[in-house]
Amino acid sequence: MGKYLIRRLLIAIPSLIGISIVLFTVLALAPGDPFEELATNPNVPPEVRENLRKQFGLDDPVGVRYVRWAGSMVKGDWGFSFNSRVDVDKLILQRLPVTLFVIGSSQIVALLIALPIGVFAATRPYSIFDQVANTFAFVGFSLPTFFTGILFILLFSIKLDWLPFVFRADISETGWRWWWIHAKQSIMPIMVLGLFQGASWTRYVRSAVLDVIRLDYVTTARSKGLKERIVIMKHVVRNALIPVVTLVALQMPAIFGGAIVTEQIFRVPGIGSLLISAILANDTPVIMAVTFVFACLVVLFNLIADLLYGWLDPRISYR
Amino acid sequence: MDERKIRGLIRQVKGGQLSRRRFVQMMLGAGLSIPMAGQMLLHSGVANAQQGWSYKPTKRGGGGQLKLLMWQGPTLLNPHFAVGTKDQYGCRVFYEPLAAWDGDGNLIPILAAEVPKPAADGRSVVWKLKKGVTFHDGKPFTADDVVFNWEYAADPAVGATTSGSYKDCKAIKLDSHTVRVEFDKPTPYWADPFVGVVGMIIPKHLFQDFRGAKAREAPANLKPVGTACYKFADFRPGDHLAGTIFANYHENNRPYFDSIEMKGGGDAVSAARAVLQTGEFDYAWNMQVEDEILKRLEAGGKGKVLITPAGSIEMMQMQNCDPWTEVEGERASIKTKHPTLTDPAVRQALALLVDRQSMQDHIYGRTGIATANFLNQPERFGSKNTKWEFNVDKANKVLDDAGWKKGSDGIREKGGKKLKYVFQTSINAPRQKCQAIVKQACQKAGIDIELKSVVASVYFSSDVANPDTYTKFYSDLQMYNTTMPQPDPERFMNQWTTAELSTKANKWQGRNISRWQNADYDRAFTAAQSELDPVKRAALFIEMNDILWKTNAVIPIVNRPVVSAHSSRLRAPMSGWDNDVWLLKDWYREG
Repeated sequence: MGKYLIRRLLIAIPSLIGISIVLFTVLALAPGDPFEELATNPNVPPEVRENLRKQFGLDDPVGVRYVRWAGSMVKGDWGFSFNSRVDVDKLILQRLPVTLFVIGSSQIVALLIALPIGVFAATRPYSIFDQVANTFAFVGFSLPTFFTGILFILLFSIKLDWLPFVFRADISETGWRWWWIHAKQSIMPIMVLGLFQGASWTRYVRSAVLDVIRLDYVTTARSKGLKERIVIMKHVVRNALIPVVTLVALQMPAIFGGAIVTEQIFRVPGIGSLLISAILANDTPVIMAVTFVFACLVVLFNLIADLLYGWLDPRISYR
Repeated sequence: MDERKIRGLIRQVKGGQLSRRRFVQMMLGAGLSIPMAGQMLLHSGVANAQQGWSYKPTKRGGGGQLKLLMWQGPTLLNPHFAVGTKDQYGCRVFYEPLAAWDGDGNLIPILAAEVPKPAADGRSVVWKLKKGVTFHDGKPFTADDVVFNWEYAADPAVGATTSGSYKDCKAIKLDSHTVRVEFDKPTPYWADPFVGVVGMIIPKHLFQDFRGAKAREAPANLKPVGTACYKFADFRPGDHLAGTIFANYHENNRPYFDSIEMKGGGDAVSAARAVLQTGEFDYAWNMQVEDEILKRLEAGGKGKVLITPAGSIEMMQMQNCDPWTEVEGERASIKTKHPTLTDPAVRQALALLVDRQSMQDHIYGRTGIATANFLNQPERFGSKNTKWEFNVDKANKVLDDAGWKKGSDGIREKGGKKLKYVFQTSINAPRQKCQAIVKQACQKAGIDIELKSVVASVYFSSDVANPDTYTKFYSDLQMYNTTMPQPDPERFMNQWTTAELSTKANKWQGRNISRWQNADYDRAFTAAQSELDPVKRAALFIEMNDILWKTNAVIPIVNRPVVSAHSSRLRAPMSGWDNDVWLLKDWYREG
């Protein structure tokens, strides 16, 4: 197991290097200039912009810039944002907690929806409940988050005036009021993301459970006279979870991506909105760092998925 | 309108026969900026007008939280590094300049004790500073701070974005609260350094150890300590900025609010909603939203849209050089001439074919006012030298008379040259609609237009390798919005001088993008640069504007005012000649 882990981590290194080279080249080839606004502002003499470009090393060839970036990255220096001149790691750390909170809660919401509904629907296939659940699941994952987000805002913020639609990371209240305001402003972004994920996972859980529930050992368990609840929980769900775990783990980075849109709509100051504003401002160090973090997440969650298999199914061993 | 006429008008204002307001409006009609009109009156000894706003609160604080929504939040808080307007807004919450321009063109002292008068030779001006002003950390504000700001901004190693305003002058301390600014050459626009957006004063004691290349490392870059009425509380770049009341602020009864929050991110439409419809926020900036939507949101009565006149102009440029022939590796080289667009008849016809009224009525609404003037301001204020019309028949007649005959394909030609043009602009819904309106009208006049739209981030970039940037202008026609960078029009009107031609030699950094040249214009501009008498200078700028109009150098389309959303209880003085938060200290809530 330890050896397996080390081997996997070592394999991850060349793939991360490859990813970083591709990202860096694409960003270098993309049009745009971080000091665009200075270029269109006649009050700023052109020398200032040239000076800044030189100071930030933007006029060097791509290769040189990549080596410099990779070199300082290894030393733990992520560089600084051209736009705010703040260190990139600081910017990301500032934004990370909000993103983790919103995404984490939305995933919990999604699982809380998908698991019970999926399992229950699979144990009673083609019942009314199953049909209704299926319909909602289809509707749920067909609607993109930017659409449901705006729909929620129109309904709950504007028509009913129940919830605020501007997310504020810094709330001046304390104690219970803080919790109350925070809960109120978090509900919409969390539900938008959670319902979308929950809908597609419901479908997966249902079909995974359906696959398992017809197997012989389940019939055996039932004929032993075990209670239905134990049969479902211990024998069916645990085995059915393997494909679901893969899916959840592999979708994790995609969820970070999906959260970008939601963060923009609700003004959640997370990594996603940081990425969007960095892209709009051509702030290369920040774009590079955020996308690289996403790449690391993909690699990491792949590994977590593989490790979880072994726990769920002892037949799988690590060599 | 010439110098003599203006002098006559000023005499009337002095004598009381003509109201100050009316005079300013007449100057606007002639194509001058409000601050220029104000400067002329000031120079001629007419007192500043009554300020156009009132401040009612009778004690400091007690107003709760002021919530501002910027759909692009500030990313840095050092005014000398401010890259975009969003950063200047953020900085202005904590820092103040010596003086600022109000919406009526008066210079209002902020950290200065009074508005100074420049020396007669135009080479210096003495600023008296207000006494008893302290920074948020308790240290006094003195002449040393002012001088330091000049040193800091003028130092090329710092890379200050404000350096353009400081590099051609010197600041000299006369005593603890007096500073003399000396200009290298006679400078008519003396109220540039230490005034308005570029004039915010950072404290010497916190920045003096971080000069030159070390400037980025100063902790105060992210934790500003200024003199303004709110002191720093919290900052997350691009997202959130918070300030609390500064109890020792140098003006009585101000500010009204106990704290301020500036929230960034999101988009303009939902920002408008948050102010106008749900009332979650008190103010939102830069409402780039279709007027129809704004009107619908306003109907709820929770907020209103404020339209502040300013100098930005959406215009159509016509290429003067040949963009389709390469000379020494450069398209649209100044060594070539555009085959058809250099014909004055074609230019006149094109100007007649731009239906500005429809563009205003159907696209921009209150947020764009049809105009014939390049320099500034709609002519809804009476007097005008210039006018525009939309008339397809007349355009057809002009072209017929000039010998442009319709061919079998319906496109006019003369001597084998066809009136076929490529019209480019950035991707932006209102611009594409305007393009379509122009194309349709041109079709009726036998001019064929091919539309091209370029992603804004490419079009407005300064990328030397990209052929689609607006400064290269590798097409026949193009349309964009040019902003007036400062209250004085000198740096605005330079976009038509020969010295500013945009060429390969200057990496297309010249401001004269359509490569138009006119000796009369150059002469008037050079004269204005060193003309110290504001009235004579104003007459020169009016002349330049008239030349642009007479020769159809450019087709101005709509004037773009500053549009912001305010909650209906908020009272906030706006100025089109500074940013919206220029007088944050006087903001309050009523009722």
